Amino acid sequence: MTYYTKEHEWLELAADGVATVGITDYAQKQLGDVVFVELPAIGKTVAQAAEIAVVESVKAASEVYAPVSGTVVAANEDLPANPGLVNQAPQGAGWFVKLRLSDQGELAKLLDEAGYQAYLASIS
Amino acid sequence: MVDSPLLTPLYHWHQAQGAKLVPFAGWQMPLQYAGIVAEHLHTRSAASLFDVSHMGQLLLTGQGADRALEQLLPGDIVGLAEGRMRYSLLTLSHGGILDDLMVVRLPSQGAESRLHLVINAARRQVDEAHLRAHLLPDLQLEALNSRALLALQGPTAAAVLAPLSPKAIDLPFMGAAELMVGDIPCLVMRSGYTGEDGFELSCAADDAVALADLLIAQDGVLPAGLGARDSLRLEAGLCLYGHDIDEQTNPMEAGLVWTIAKHRRDDSQGFLGAASVLSALKNKAAAGARQRVGLTLAAGSPPAREGAVIENLAGQPIGVVTSGGFSPSLQLPIAMGYVPADVPTDVTEGDVQVVVRSNRYLAKLSPLPFVPTRYVKPNATKP
Repeated sequence: MTYYTKEHEWLELAADGVATVGITDYAQKQLGDVVFVELPAIGKTVAQAAEIAVVESVKAASEVYAPVSGTVVAANEDLPANPGLVNQAPQGAGWFVKLRLSDQGELAKLLDEAGYQAYLASIS
Repeated sequence: MVDSPLLTPLYHWHQAQGAKLVPFAGWQMPLQYAGIVAEHLHTRSAASLFDVSHMGQLLLTGQGADRALEQLLPGDIVGLAEGRMRYSLLTLSHGGILDDLMVVRLPSQGAESRLHLVINAARRQVDEAHLRAHLLPDLQLEALNSRALLALQGPTAAAVLAPLSPKAIDLPFMGAAELMVGDIPCLVMRSGYTGEDGFELSCAADDAVALADLLIAQDGVLPAGLGARDSLRLEAGLCLYGHDIDEQTNPMEAGLVWTIAKHRRDDSQGFLGAASVLSALKNKAAAGARQRVGLTLAAGSPPAREGAVIENLAGQPIGVVTSGGFSPSLQLPIAMGYVPADVPTDVTEGDVQVVVRSNRYLAKLSPLPFVPTRYVKPNATKP
């Protein structure tokens, strides 16, 4: 199942309790051409809503926040050489990190697909 | 700005073109249409249309206006021929820069000199007040608030303009003439802020939409916004007022000595701030002297933006980035900033590092411009 935040991150939870995290198509469109992504070290623990990565477009640097608390178990090794993946496939090959969740209860604070689409409609 | 944003005559045109509009210097301006990188690369390979109507346009007229204006800037205005224009700096009494500007000499009317000035949007009020305080009542200063300014920039700009304004393409670089573009009267200037050949077209605000429609209808012309304008001027090594130069910058350290006319370099009373400006010119190694430099980072590094600290390889801070970003042409981050005047800038010894979010990235001091400029040359073959 895919979850979303109002800060335009997405999180997809796999059966093993590891979640893949990235930014949404709306976010990449707002950012424009992504030219650099700063990823966290493997093993870093992050709290929900804490900064987990930085994405730089031509025009500005933006923080990416952890949708939930957890430990970083993987970072997308393709992004440093090819940050444009974030624009091309934000919810696919342009993923940022994989997190092992420390508290699945935090998922309840996130939006589901319908909730996120409704949120997008409300801000556009 | 507490007031509601100012709108150029092309505001609705931008909306219709799908622009993302953002506040800039009190104006609501197009940041981008298709995307900054695409617009940037299109400007380098074809031609782009920019709305720069937020810039201030002033008309200074009167007998001796050229000589009077020279009291406020170090350029040669008396010797500027009709139909020619010059980049210059309004200086302050302590040698700082009030603004940078273009001065265009229009044909004189009788004994009256006529100078068309183009100034930065964010400096309109302060420049106008400064000019009025120093030049009135002997001269007339008119704010041309009902004029628009469009820029057509890129290697095909002349070919695009040729059928619409045949005489325009005979203008040399930094030449200007009052010409028809289609059926629209314009002040056509062979100038720009991208490093490419191109034109800046001043027209009546009421004609702006028709002029934009006419130009955008030509083959290969696409709209470009302020985002591409900024990355283009950065690649061309051109200063952005309020960032690379400001009231605390002297022309010497900014690398703008070339704007000081040679015959004006010995008169310490010759223009406002001359004593300070000329002193900096003659004491290049004075304590605390700085120099504006270019920086390139390796591909894959983050952009080093304004405010990023520049360090030597021992980790000691030696300067700061004043503008920086990603170069679409070079596909790597570039920046401009200031370091001490005695830091060697040759490539072999020029290695420094910049700090981005506490991480350090190697950078090379690089000559400016980063991308060679392609202004029209004398005797260039016509398109």
